Amino acid sequence: MSVSVPASVTAPPRAPAEARSSVPVVQVTGVSKHYDGREVVHELSLHVQPGQCFGLLGPNGAGKSTTLRMIYGVTKPSGGSVRVFGLDVAQDGRRVRERLGVTLQDNVMIDVLTPIENLRVFGGYHLLREPVLSQRIAALVDYLELGSHANVPVVALSGGFKRRLAIAMSLINEPELLILDEPTTGLDPAVRLSLWTKVRELKAKGKTVLLTTHYMDEAERLCDYVVIMAQGRAVCQGTPKDLILTHVGRDAFEVDCSAEEQTQLLQGLTLGSLRSGPRLLVYGNDLAALVPRLHAIAPERAYIARPANLEDVFLAQTGTHLEAGA
Amino acid sequence: MSKLISWPHALAVTRRNAAMYRRTWVLSILPNFFEPVFYLWSIGLGVGAYVAKMRGVPYVEFLVPGLICVSAMNGSSFEATYNVYVRMHYEKMYAVMLTTPVEPEDILVGELLWALIRACMYGGIFLIVTVLFGLTTPLQALRVLPVIPLAGLLFAALGLAFTLRVGSIDLFSYYFTMFLTPLFLFSDVFFPIEERLHGVWLYVAELLPLLHPVRLSRAAFHGGGVSLGTVAWDITYTLGIALGLLSWCRKLIRDRLVA
Ligand SMILES: Nc1ncnc2c1ncn2[C@@H]1O[C@H](COP(=O)(O)OP(=O)(O)O)[C@@H](O)[C@H]1O
Ligand SMILES: [Mg+2]
Repeated sequence: MSVSVPASVTAPPRAPAEARSSVPVVQVTGVSKHYDGREVVHELSLHVQPGQCFGLLGPNGAGKSTTLRMIYGVTKPSGGSVRVFGLDVAQDGRRVRERLGVTLQDNVMIDVLTPIENLRVFGGYHLLREPVLSQRIAALVDYLELGSHANVPVVALSGGFKRRLAIAMSLINEPELLILDEPTTGLDPAVRLSLWTKVRELKAKGKTVLLTTHYMDEAERLCDYVVIMAQGRAVCQGTPKDLILTHVGRDAFEVDCSAEEQTQLLQGLTLGSLRSGPRLLVYGNDLAALVPRLHAIAPERAYIARPANLEDVFLAQTGTHLEAGA
Repeated sequence: MSKLISWPHALAVTRRNAAMYRRTWVLSILPNFFEPVFYLWSIGLGVGAYVAKMRGVPYVEFLVPGLICVSAMNGSSFEATYNVYVRMHYEKMYAVMLTTPVEPEDILVGELLWALIRACMYGGIFLIVTVLFGLTTPLQALRVLPVIPLAGLLFAALGLAFTLRVGSIDLFSYYFTMFLTPLFLFSDVFFPIEERLHGVWLYVAELLPLLHPVRLSRAAFHGGGVSLGTVAWDITYTLGIALGLLSWCRKLIRDRLVA
């Protein structure tokens, strides 16, 4: 499956808005990772600028978590280099990790202890002492709304509450860079929405955020800049808007139809299109002509006309869907 | 690349275990307390009734110095094998520590300290019980005190090396039944091995790790009859093996956690 993108659809390349003179917070240059001869990340390069919310978007197994581990220095790259805060992570891992916070994909906490006790233990890893430790904990309990169950053993808490606690833990050292590995996977929509708000607030406070997700809507809403990954490779990178305009166009049109109907529908039009089973997806900046044509071909046929999104970019670039079963 | 150990970070790892233990200690300390009581009761009153004397003392008194070391051995062995394994693989505790300034070597030292603390608790409780039973005088208790962390250190190092090298929970039962149990039975705890073994076997027996803390413990209890040379050899053996294994563990834990 491939998509043909006519030249007219392609937006002129713009310099990213974040391209400032400042040193990137994260500089990944030509990084690869092999596990037992299998290449899990292939010559990946990316720059995270200060104050940016940067997204690594890709399906399960794309190599997102491995990339994050290489960035905070717990997985050694097989090739390439990683600099964070201008420091070589391979040399200065401890100093780099003093200044960043990581929320792992799984919530890792001590089940028999309360949120407050967990925060206290975690603060210990950063050598925080009283009275600073208690002050930070009080502020985080307040900020991430943990107060209602602050003294209940973690084992009894909901998934959303644990996620907020995990984020609170990774903020205990007041990090300049916050790394979130799939912050909202497995959470219900209301919880996801409130976490998005928190991420935006943290960004507004001047933190740099690097997150991974396999939800294109999450990346589109939160991220200033995304790298789309598949099978360890960067498929494309840019601002969500640029990626959509460059690779598919502003709008998308979906309809189930046969090959002959497709030919009739698109005859004489220079539009990008691709097929996924019986489903035809058409992309472009002006799809107005399609609705009357479809009416003429099959008057009763249901269709969807919507703005194009990152899922479409992923589909167009890789021929596969981002979310399993999507 | 050799990394320096940061003691504050290592202590944070130890404190994490202590914070968790504070929640569960009542439950876990009870068997800890009853185990020696049952031992002394069964063997002292039961077996002891058929065995007149061992090396000139009632059998139950013969057992006490060795069993104190066995307690310390059990305390640090459980901690250094099952508990470290669970924290590493199931609870992903080390993965989360490594997102902070804590380095693998700090985790090793932190876990070692905690295993030592556990060994001292196990051995210490045993010692207290024997004092309460009137089997140990306060002076003997004081003299034997340093042997407990020494035994704990040796078996923490052995357990950590096994856990980091083998890294499969299915094999831990081998460690306990094929290694620790024979040590328990053949290391001078239940019978004086130098009276039962002859010739080259006496030298082979010197390889048994538990033998050395047990002999030190006997020396602490009975004072006379033990040459200073033997004491020096036992201390050297215990520290040498422990430190050798721990420096190997340093490499093992980095390879395992930072790959
Ligand atoms: N420690 C490891 N050893 C071997 N393979 C690994 C290891 N970690 C990850 N992988 C493999 O690397 C690939 C990418 O994994 P990961 O980075 O976790 O992807 P993602 O986070 O995008 O889902 C997967 O196929 C995974 O099985
Ligand atoms: Mg992942």
